[in-house]
Amino acid sequence: MTPIANRYTRTAIALHWIVATLIIFNLGFGLYTVELPLSPQKLKYFSWHKWVGVTVFLLVAVRLLWRLTHPAPALPATMKPWELAAAHASHIGLYVLFFAAPLSGWLFSSAAGFQTVYLGVFPIPDLVSKNKEVADVLKVAHHWINYVMAATIVVHAAAAFKHHVIDRDDVLTRMLPFLRVRRT
Amino acid sequence: MNWILPSVAAAALMLAFPATAQQKVIADKSTIRFITKQMNVPVEGRFRKFDATVAFDPARPEATKAEFEVDLGSIDLGSPEGETEARRKPWLNIEAFPKAKFVASSVKSLGGGKFEATGELSIKGTSQKVVAPFTLAEAGGLRTVEGQFTLRRLTFKIGEGAWSDTDTVADEVLVRFKFSLPSR
Repeated sequence: MTPIANRYTRTAIALHWIVATLIIFNLGFGLYTVELPLSPQKLKYFSWHKWVGVTVFLLVAVRLLWRLTHPAPALPATMKPWELAAAHASHIGLYVLFFAAPLSGWLFSSAAGFQTVYLGVFPIPDLVSKNKEVADVLKVAHHWINYVMAATIVVHAAAAFKHHVIDRDDVLTRMLPFLRVRRT
Repeated sequence: MNWILPSVAAAALMLAFPATAQQKVIADKSTIRFITKQMNVPVEGRFRKFDATVAFDPARPEATKAEFEVDLGSIDLGSPEGETEARRKPWLNIEAFPKAKFVASSVKSLGGGKFEATGELSIKGTSQKVVAPFTLAEAGGLRTVEGQFTLRRLTFKIGEGAWSDTDTVADEVLVRFKFSLPSR
């Protein structure tokens, strides 16, 4: 018999991979766009970068609600207490960063004098007003939050990989939409 | 001779209605701001330096004489990158056309402290007739004139080449002005 209970819900799996794709895309896209010389293309790309960021924020909010109402499957009993603690801490950290990254981008954009208008249609109010000094601080904050987030994502993926190939448990497969859950 | 009569009449008129005194606007109480739409997002900028000589008597608006000169190099967009770009050839071409000029040719009263100025606006070697409604307020020894008009940047070749794409930067630019003069 294949155990099917020890698996994330299909909604949780879908949200995980959609959010992962958007975040990884937007990290690279942001780094690329910031280096472009000022051009219509750059203005367009920055707008798209912001729209993706707002989308991530909304999806992560849905994910968090889903996670709070649909408990994650239990981690393998073979894990040591510090491993469990590290896993929980990094998951909480990722959620915090997923919110902090778009929030800092939105605030930075406002301080720089560019309101965020989601999809070019829905204006998001400016919480901070245009101010160069504030914008400079928020710019650095937005960059560092994203560097830390990227690093945490790498650790998260490395840990999942380690669970799969070294521990040979079901931690990775229970979040995969295709692979069968491993018998444990 | 048929020019004598009009000349005498003109001279008589000038004696009857002495020319309205010319005044300089108070620089730190006056502003010229503009709002462009970039990717459908309103973005505000202003000009730090301008000079205006105004002879305006609300009782005789038709006798108004006003000349405004804007130092286009003093553009403030809140970002040095944007300002450098705005000064370059495709945008304002500051090197060849350092100043914008507006010469009011007529002002008429619309009643209730509202007026309408008509004049010639010259930017980047192109001149166009502009009609700008404005309001007048007198307070604390100051006569403050406030109004706005919309110009089409492409008429003045502001933003050429790739920048003429109006999906990224809209053609319409809203210009908001506020000028303070000492009341007499």
